[in-house]
Amino acid sequence: MTMLDVRTWTAVCRYDLLQPERGAAALVGDVQVALFRTHDGAVHALSNRDPFSGAQVLSRGIVGTRGDVPTVASPMHKQVFDLRTGVCLDEPDTAVAVFGVRVRDGVVEVSSP
Amino acid sequence: MSTNHQRTLVVVGNGMVGQRLVEALRQRDPQRRWRITVLAEEPRPAYDRVALTSYLTGTSAADLSVVPDGCYDDDCVLHLADPVDHLDRDARTVTTASGRVVAYDALVVATGSVPFVPPVPGADLDGCFVYRTIEDLDAIRDRAADTGSGVVVGGGLLGLEAANALLSLGVRTSVVEFAPRLMPAQVDQGGGEVLRRKIQELGLEARLATATERIEAADGGLRMVFADGSSLDTGLVVFSAGIRPRDELARSSGLEVGERGGIVVDDGCRTADPAIWAIGECALVRGRVYGLVAPGYDMAEVVADRLVGGDAVFAEADTSTKLKLLGVDVASFGDAHGATPDALEVVYADPVAGVYKKLVVTDDAAELLGGVLVGDASAYAALRTMVGRPLTDTPERLLMAGPATSDLGDDAQVCSCQNVTAGSIRGAIRDQGCADVAGIKACTRAGTVCGSCVPLIKTLLTQSGVVASTALCEHFDLSRAELFDVVRATELRTFSEIIAGHGRGRGCDICKPAIASILASLGAGHILDGEQATLQDTNDQFLANIQRDGTYSVVPRVPGGELTPEKLIVIGEVARDFGLYTKITGGQRIDLLGARVEQLPAIWRRLVDAGFESGHAYGKALRTVKSCVGSTWCRYGVQDSTSLAIMMELRYRGLRAPHKIKCGVSGCARECAEARGKDFGVIASENGWNLYVGGNGGFRPRHAELFASDLSTQELVRLVDRFMMFYVRTADRLQRTAAWIEALTDEHGDGLAYLRRVLVDDELGICADLDAALERHVGSYTDEWAAVLADEEKLGRFVSFVNAPDAPDPSIRFVTERGQIRPATPVSGDGPPVVAGPTLEVVR
Ligand SMILES: Cc1cc2nc3c(=O)[nH]c(=O)nc-3n(C[C@H](O)[C@H](O)[C@H](O)COP(=O)(O)OP(=O)(O)OC[C@H]3O[C@@H](n4cnc5c(N)ncnc54)[C@H](O)[C@@H]3O)c2cc1C
Repeated sequence: MTMLDVRTWTAVCRYDLLQPERGAAALVGDVQVALFRTHDGAVHALSNRDPFSGAQVLSRGIVGTRGDVPTVASPMHKQVFDLRTGVCLDEPDTAVAVFGVRVRDGVVEVSSP
Repeated sequence: MSTNHQRTLVVVGNGMVGQRLVEALRQRDPQRRWRITVLAEEPRPAYDRVALTSYLTGTSAADLSVVPDGCYDDDCVLHLADPVDHLDRDARTVTTASGRVVAYDALVVATGSVPFVPPVPGADLDGCFVYRTIEDLDAIRDRAADTGSGVVVGGGLLGLEAANALLSLGVRTSVVEFAPRLMPAQVDQGGGEVLRRKIQELGLEARLATATERIEAADGGLRMVFADGSSLDTGLVVFSAGIRPRDELARSSGLEVGERGGIVVDDGCRTADPAIWAIGECALVRGRVYGLVAPGYDMAEVVADRLVGGDAVFAEADTSTKLKLLGVDVASFGDAHGATPDALEVVYADPVAGVYKKLVVTDDAAELLGGVLVGDASAYAALRTMVGRPLTDTPERLLMAGPATSDLGDDAQVCSCQNVTAGSIRGAIRDQGCADVAGIKACTRAGTVCGSCVPLIKTLLTQSGVVASTALCEHFDLSRAELFDVVRATELRTFSEIIAGHGRGRGCDICKPAIASILASLGAGHILDGEQATLQDTNDQFLANIQRDGTYSVVPRVPGGELTPEKLIVIGEVARDFGLYTKITGGQRIDLLGARVEQLPAIWRRLVDAGFESGHAYGKALRTVKSCVGSTWCRYGVQDSTSLAIMMELRYRGLRAPHKIKCGVSGCARECAEARGKDFGVIASENGWNLYVGGNGGFRPRHAELFASDLSTQELVRLVDRFMMFYVRTADRLQRTAAWIEALTDEHGDGLAYLRRVLVDDELGICADLDAALERHVGSYTDEWAAVLADEEKLGRFVSFVNAPDAPDPSIRFVTERGQIRPATPVSGDGPPVVAGPTLEVVR
């Protein structure tokens, strides 16, 4: 059986524009996405909106790890989010949206969550 | 009789001791056989009177409260501001001022004491105060704001504490004492003399062997006239000449009181009326009234035990005291006056250093009876526990070095305030897993009242082999100070190398900024160079301060708060052209708020072109050196504080530290620059500069303490250089200088004295290195904003979106208020801003 990938992908920037372990914000339609390139070269895309403060700032948090989990800490009040699932590790009832993300021909593309 | 077989206990007075009784009974009576009604005179629940003075240095009334959450409920009721004024022993009722009548099965009187005001004419004039309640302190503070001078009548423990408090309010203070020495109850003539000299050096005048005859109103102030005919003009008078037990209820109901006051009770703290008990400072037990909180707590425990059927008795209490007055340690314990027959005294006195120590021993020098320590009381806690025991060493050696802590027997009392022994502390470490001072405090209550035993608790913790974890975070086992040394010694200059060599994982929001700060302190180039850029908190990342809506604020440096009209105009123009909100900061500069990330470089361009540079408001670094106009303009100024502040701000600007550093320079003792609220503060004297360190505003305000006086400018700068660099190297992450010095005190006895040994006497032999490091910093300083403006790659990161670099973040919305912007609330990406009241949305 084949699965058809019907998501729409939007090219946002060249991969090498992303600084390792530092986020960047991108505008996809009128949605703000936070892109992160981790130390191992992977790219993650979360909603840029920090659910605790309501400000569009997650891309400006510090990237790191907790145990084996790649993380970003909100720059506002330091809650830590799992870059893979969007779940807040300090308050697991809270999560941010995760967007699909892939790199094609050196270009980062983002899809809807 | 009450229902449900519940009996009613009425407690009169909600002071420290009355409160302790309530808690102790609650603990012993889980089935609630007793219903408790507390009737209190003061308008607020019990607070820490022992720490009352800290109220003047910023501790709030709420912080002082000693009532735990959930203490009062349906079965345990507290009525405030409603004193009992009548006791009917036959009916077993009390009546309050508001007319409330409460029946009791048992009554505990815990009404404390009042300060004794000598019956001299004029003692009730406006401007005369006592020092006992929060309201007293409010009144004293109000009066002190309008006057420059004050007198404390009484040179005992509390009198000197009050005098110290007046000094801290900026009042020139004299102490008038009837006895020929200060603290006559605690120290002997020799100790009193050392004490007098020391506190005189610190600006407190002491008039000993002086009797006050009357007080008169004079020229808007007061005049004190003494028995020898001399007089002293003053703005306010505080009486602190002993205490009188509040035994009115006992007197009016025919219960026995002592000759000099105090409700007479037996060893079980019960009066002759079996339903009535008295505890705390109102009680006369074993022939005396105790003016200390620890014996009061013991009495509370005794009565709580008796109320549930026990037979506890009050044992003779330890009246040892240790305190620090104006930086002078004073302690006395056991038989301090050598009253035991044939007792021998071993005395060590160094009047130049201001140290006086005396041990009282038995005539065969085999047993310790007591002692007095002035100027250096580091051995107090350990010596006190040895009273009544065989000496572990010769008295001379004990005097000089103090006893070894391993000599402490399990039954030796470590905390006399809460009556906790070395054995219970060892037990808490062993059985309850306590691993730090906070844990010991929570488990045993030791160290929670006066705190003088905390160093001893620390020693016990170390001896038990439990070492408090100082690991920075899950990625590093080292503390910040240890990591600093490692980075300095290994010359590793990237995070990846450091974590690979000394940590694990890829770091987090704790260790990354900490290492970024260490690298910056060691002069590793611009903080946004290479990998360093990824370590920075958002404030350092964008060299501006993030605000609640994700915009940033921009603060150009205004050294010493001095600003030309031209530059002031530029700031106004920039704010106007970029639509920013402007506000004057507490550090004498101007904050421009509401800037979006992509606007920052253009804003800096305008400011840098006009001669401004980054003010580092975003960094854990030197912020400002606040100043007054000093002798240049001010008719009171004695030194040029503005020039010194500018010089210092330019010297230390950009120095990254464990936390922000704020400073101030005042041109005279009026202290308009509020230098004593700063990490380091300089106050001009006739002969030079006085340096204060370790002050703090903010969450836990604290006054800076005098570190050195009458310094030349050169001496001052040298000392501050060393202070700053030593702080940078050894403090914990996010530890302000105030907390750092407290930690040094925990570790070395007296933090300030330790700092003097290291930074003045060069005990560690590091001063040359500290001096050189600071000089390197001064030589390598560059403006962080200008450096970004000159670097295309760094500039490229100041964009709103990677795929739309100049598009403003559509979620940032402002409304106007009082003619300026402010964030629309609630901050939200969805939906329009809520426009409240007379405000308008502005479109930018
Ligand atoms: C500035 C200062 C510093 C001190 N420092 C130390 C120290 O370092 N070490 C130490 O051991 N001790 C110290 N003390 C003493 C210590 O505070 C007292 O020993 C302790 O507070 C006594 O507690 P208490 O409950 O007996 O009395 P209080 O705390 O005085 O409480 C009695 C309460 O009863 C109320 N009351 C009185 N009459 C009535 C009535 N008729 N009806 C209802 N309520 C009534 C009073 O208003 C008061 O609130 C200090 C005291 C002061 C003022």
